[in-house]
Parts: sequence; C-alpha cells; structure tokens
Amino acid sequence: MEWINTMLELLPFSFLQYDFMKNAFLAVLLLAPLFALLGTMTVNNNMAFFSDALGHSALTGIGIGTLLGLKEPLFCMIAFGIFLSLAITKVKDGTTSSDTIISVFSSTAMAIGIVILSQEGGFAKFSSYLIGDVLTVTQKDLLLIFVVLLLSYFIWALLYNSLLLVSVNPSLAVSRNVNARFTENVFVVLVAITVMVSIRLMGILTINSLLILPAAAARNVVTNAKAYHWLTTAIGLISALSGLVLSYEMGTSAGASIVVVAALFFFITFFMAKINK
Amino acid sequence: MGIHNSCGLCRVELKQVSVKSGSDILLDNINLEFHCGQLTALIGRNGAGKTTLLKAILGEKKHSGKIYYEKHDGNEMKHPTIGYVPQQLLFDKNMPLSVADFMMAAKSKIPVWAGYQRAEKQKLKKRLSEMDCDHVLDKKLGLLSGGELQRVLLTMAIDPMPDLLILDEPVSGVDATGLDLFYKKVTFLRNTYHIAILLVSHDLALIHRYADKVVLLDKTVAEQGDAKDVFATKAFRQTFGYFSGEDTKWNG
Repeated sequence: MEWINTMLELLPFSFLQYDFMKNAFLAVLLLAPLFALLGTMTVNNNMAFFSDALGHSALTGIGIGTLLGLKEPLFCMIAFGIFLSLAITKVKDGTTSSDTIISVFSSTAMAIGIVILSQEGGFAKFSSYLIGDVLTVTQKDLLLIFVVLLLSYFIWALLYNSLLLVSVNPSLAVSRNVNARFTENVFVVLVAITVMVSIRLMGILTINSLLILPAAAARNVVTNAKAYHWLTTAIGLISALSGLVLSYEMGTSAGASIVVVAALFFFITFFMAKINK
Repeated sequence: MGIHNSCGLCRVELKQVSVKSGSDILLDNINLEFHCGQLTALIGRNGAGKTTLLKAILGEKKHSGKIYYEKHDGNEMKHPTIGYVPQQLLFDKNMPLSVADFMMAAKSKIPVWAGYQRAEKQKLKKRLSEMDCDHVLDKKLGLLSGGELQRVLLTMAIDPMPDLLILDEPVSGVDATGLDLFYKKVTFLRNTYHIAILLVSHDLALIHRYADKVVLLDKTVAEQGDAKDVFATKAFRQTFGYFSGEDTKWNG
C-alpha cells in the first residue's frame, strides 16, 4: 500500500495529504468502473427499479446482522441481497407485472429492516447507512472492492455476449447454447454483491443513482456496445472524482455530490442528443 | 437437391412430446416427423401451442417425450445446430447496440465491449450483403425496419449453417417485397444446403406456395400432410375457413 500512498501524494490535489482522503479517493476510483460496468447492463435490461429495491433491502441485511449479534453486518447484507435478487428474478418470470413484484419485495425488505433496527428507538445509529460515508473506508474495504472489481471484469469478459443476447431475446440466446437463466442469475448476484459491498460508503438513498446515471448519460449519445461501455466508465470516473472533490470542499455527502455531477452529465448528453436529432 | 450439409441431419422426430404449465396442458402428445430438405409449416389458431412447440425444440421449455435427431447413417445426432429467427425482438429500442455488436455477440467469445477485429467485421458485412442488407451493419439494432431486422436475424441463424432452421412467424411487419425476398432466400437455403426448416406462419397463401409439408396444430397434431390436403380438411376449415387460392391471405 505504501507505494500507492506515495503515488497519490504526487497528484496535484491538496486534500490527498490526509490518509482518509487518500482512501476515499481510491475507493471511488475502484467503485466508478465497477458501477459503470454493471450499470450498462442494468439500464439495458430496464432493471433500474430492481437495483433500487436491492439497495433498500440492505436494511434487512443490516437488521439480520444485528439480531445475530454481528459487529460487521456485511456478510448478512450480501447473503440477503443475493437471496432477494434471485427471488425477484425467479418470481418476475411469472405473469404478475414485474414492477409490482419488485415493489412488493422492496417495501417488505425495507420495512422488515426498519422494524428490526428501530427496536427501542435505536434507528438513529444506523442512519449513516442512508447517505453513506466514503471517508470511513478502510484498507480492508478497499481490498474487498478491488476483489469485486476484478471478479466483475472477469465475469464481464466471459458472460457479456451471453447477457447481451439474453437481454435482446432469450429464445435466440438459447438457440446459441446460452443458459439464459444461469446468465441472468450470475448478473443479478454480481449486482447484489457490488451494491452491498459499497452501500456503507455510498448510501442506501444514493447508491442506485450511481449505478444508473453514468450508463443512462452515456446511452443518450452512443450507438454501439464498445462506446457505451467506455463512455459510461469515463462519465462514472469523472463524476466520482469531481464529486469527491466537491464534497471535500463543501463538506457535503460524497455519494450525493457524485450523483449530482453524474446527473449533470445526463442532462448534458440528453440535450446533445435532442439537438443532434 | 443432392447436396447434404456436413452434419448430415436426415430427420427430426418428436415422440409423445407434451408440455405442461402448472395444471394447463400446452401441448399434448405431439408425434411428428420432419425431414431435411423440406420446409415444414406449422399452422394453427392463436394459442394452439405453435410457439410453445418451437421453444420445446429449442430446449427453452421443459417437455416430456423425446425429440430425436437422426443422421443419414441412421445414428442419433446428439447436438444438432439449430438456427432460430424469432418472431420479434421485445427489447429496449434505445439500447446502444449496433447490428455488428449483436451479430458478433452471437458468434464470438470475445466480449463485444472490448471491440472486434476489422477482418471479422468485414466477414459480417459480406454475409449481410448476401441478404442485400450490408448497409445496416453500424446501425443501432433498435432502429432497423421489420424487413431489415428479419434479414439480419436470418443471416445470423445460418452462420454457422444449421441442421434445423426454425422461423417463428418471420415476416410480421415486413412489406410484400421484403416478404417475397425472405421466402426466396429460405427456399434457396433449403435447396442448396438441404437443411430442415420449420416455419410458423399465419400467411396461408405463402405456405401454400412454399411449404413441402403442413402441420395443423391444436394442442396436438390435428392434421398433417401436403398443403392442399391439409387445407381441405374439416379441422382446417374450422380454424381458418375455406382457402380459395393464393390470392387470399388470412391473418387469423
């Protein structure tokens, strides 16, 4: 880690003299490409509402962790997130509108979480999860996020084409020997892990925007998969770094500041697309 | 029609194939056989189970019974190559996905976000030009017309050349010229590569002209045989009314 610190100090940002800012800087540097990667497919598959529900369900994960007396609820959050995402994927194949199904799961999970966490009026100590705090990131967190990023890129190299075919037409994907159900499940599990690993840093209320906005901004102006992927990554990185600087200068929430910058990108590309039409 | 494709599929036989969904019986004891070098048309009312049968053959829907692929030497073909042209693509039309991306995703292991080689793209262009469709290669998939999309899908379905080509109502939203072009191409494929083709369509006039065999489906096989024989049966008349000739087109 020492050489990374030295490298960071060479950058022309005064805030990087603080260790907690160094860690926060590294965290958003790792999270931005991770969210960009998964965001492109989440938006392609019209799953913005799904990932939103997943974020809210973190409360139940935290709640279960607390009930079990765990100091660190991350494991419970990941386990519950995976369970919920697989359950939604399974149920939404039926006839009921997937909108309704996701809403039912989302509200239930959030309510259970709040019920558990608000026992004896103690919700306040969990409220930091709502808006997140990237400054509390530890080196252990960074390592974990790095591992998830590597894993995601690995899966993205193996399964991306299959995911693309499934999102256009599942039967066509099957005719190409793609296991549609498996591919879809791997993707939602990956989203669940990513959301849960980063939610303490980015906040339950803002995490979905980080996933959706860079991809939504990029797709306004691109026509192919390669441009989509790289422009989303670029927008994600620029939003994350400038959002972090803004939050440092203004003393605001990092997650929300990043979202504001990403939203700005969305409106810029949105009007660019309108003008070009 | 002496040229057989390299894999040498001879016939496909469905033995007692049934599909259930909960307590609903979607397909009931289908016994059916179709051959290479033939265009078999599947007709029936809406909800007769045509698409379900295609999905069972594709392996997407669980079914009981057996779907058996026999090679020319009489042995079973374990893993036939199946080409599939879906009825429609219900995807987000704004998806940033070019025709080249889509075709490459179906063909290549290299993820399309990493890009692809110019030579590979040239190959796709050449294949599309055989369908008079090479101008769409860099277009967004969601912006293609019905006819362009069908030709792109057909181009993909025959690369690699399949043993069995499945066309699900492949001409919805396509004008008459595009439709004729599509069927001429399909007939050419049948004659040249001797592949088995299974077609679902409502267009009885076209079926009358192009199909070698017609299967009337109503949960199970109601009638099968030559187009003119099937069209003369009572079961056919109950579903479609009288078929008076090629000028008449049904959309029932």
